[in-house]
Amino acid sequence: MFSKAKLEMTVGIFVVIGLAALLFLAMKVSSLSSFSGNDVYEVVAKFENVGGLKVRAPVMMAGVSIGEVNKISLDTSTYEAKVSFVLGGKYKLPIDTSASIFTSGLLGEQYISLEPGGDDAFLKAGDQIKLSQSAMVLEQVLGQFLFSKAAGDE
Amino acid sequence: MNGLLDMIRGIGVKVLNSVRRMGRGHLFIFHTIMSFGIIFKEFSLLMKQLFSVGVLSVQIIAVSGLTVGMVLSLQGYNTLVDFGAEQSLGQMVALSLVREMGPVLTALLFAGRAGSALTAEIGLMKVTEQLPAMEIMAVDPYRKVIAPRFFAGVISMPLLAAIFSAIGVFGGYLVGVELLGVDSGGFWSQMQSKVGLYEDIVNGVIKSIVFGIVVTWIAVFEGFDAVPTTEGVSRATTRTVVNSAFAVLGLDFILTALMFGGA
Repeated sequence: MFSKAKLEMTVGIFVVIGLAALLFLAMKVSSLSSFSGNDVYEVVAKFENVGGLKVRAPVMMAGVSIGEVNKISLDTSTYEAKVSFVLGGKYKLPIDTSASIFTSGLLGEQYISLEPGGDDAFLKAGDQIKLSQSAMVLEQVLGQFLFSKAAGDE
Repeated sequence: MNGLLDMIRGIGVKVLNSVRRMGRGHLFIFHTIMSFGIIFKEFSLLMKQLFSVGVLSVQIIAVSGLTVGMVLSLQGYNTLVDFGAEQSLGQMVALSLVREMGPVLTALLFAGRAGSALTAEIGLMKVTEQLPAMEIMAVDPYRKVIAPRFFAGVISMPLLAAIFSAIGVFGGYLVGVELLGVDSGGFWSQMQSKVGLYEDIVNGVIKSIVFGIVVTWIAVFEGFDAVPTTEGVSRATTRTVVNSAFAVLGLDFILTALMFGGA
């Protein structure tokens, strides 16, 4: 059997390696949701249809991720989907910014894309984005296409 | 008629026995947890057990982790490449390792490697009447023998599971990026963006802590409760491995449903 010092040494190494593995998993493999710190603000947008948008979906502007969706609920007075999302505090956006739901690639996940407006005032926490464009639902588009095709044939 | 009565009586005996065993098991774990003070008082006892339970298991955990990660990467690549989605390989390997494979396989290997040894050791102490001798000398076997082994198991399991997952991710990287030529940047960034610290890593650690408690509990209890004969110890050792496997797989389903089952 080992001497006491050697035993303690190996146990120490074991614990350190275990903790290092945990640290590796925490740092290198996973990410804290990067928009969960203090320096964020939340805004709301209403959509007729959010399609397959999910919580934690990215919010992008010009293809750069600047925030993420944190809540999706139904507004029972207008029957629209109410999506709240957080934006990084350093991104100041004009108050007439518009939001649309896009799909990344043909089969990819859905995300919110923001288009900046030209207003001088900036969005504040709790503001609502007025201009929004719903998600494209493939069945609807196909239906419309077939319908217009059939109407055109007459 | 008599045969039927005997059968019903047999069922009654079985139920009573299993309820008694369950009661003994719970009293046992209660005693063990109440003796936790010993691990601070006599730290060297815990140290010794951490060595034989934890350190000696590192080898098999590391080798299994590496091969599981490599195989996951190899098989995942074959499926994903058909959809041009081989960039998601890192995410697939990391998620399956951190959420499921790491905690579960570590617990199963741990039951085979360390759990069986614990049972056999404590069972043989009972056969050779070391445990009664301790009691005669007014030494509490729960404090001297059981508690250090139990807590060593509970501490070792999450560390071993973390080592398993980390080495598995590395194995997946070796096969995916170095061998199959998946883009290294995509491999890591897809992984990082889709694996969450709280929802995946922390839940995996919680899983492995639960498994650590259950597997070590089964192992030390089976040894402590073994019939003190050669055959009794061999049966207890078998039961440790089989029951641990059932408990781990069953609990894994429940924990997964609780953690990841909802939205």
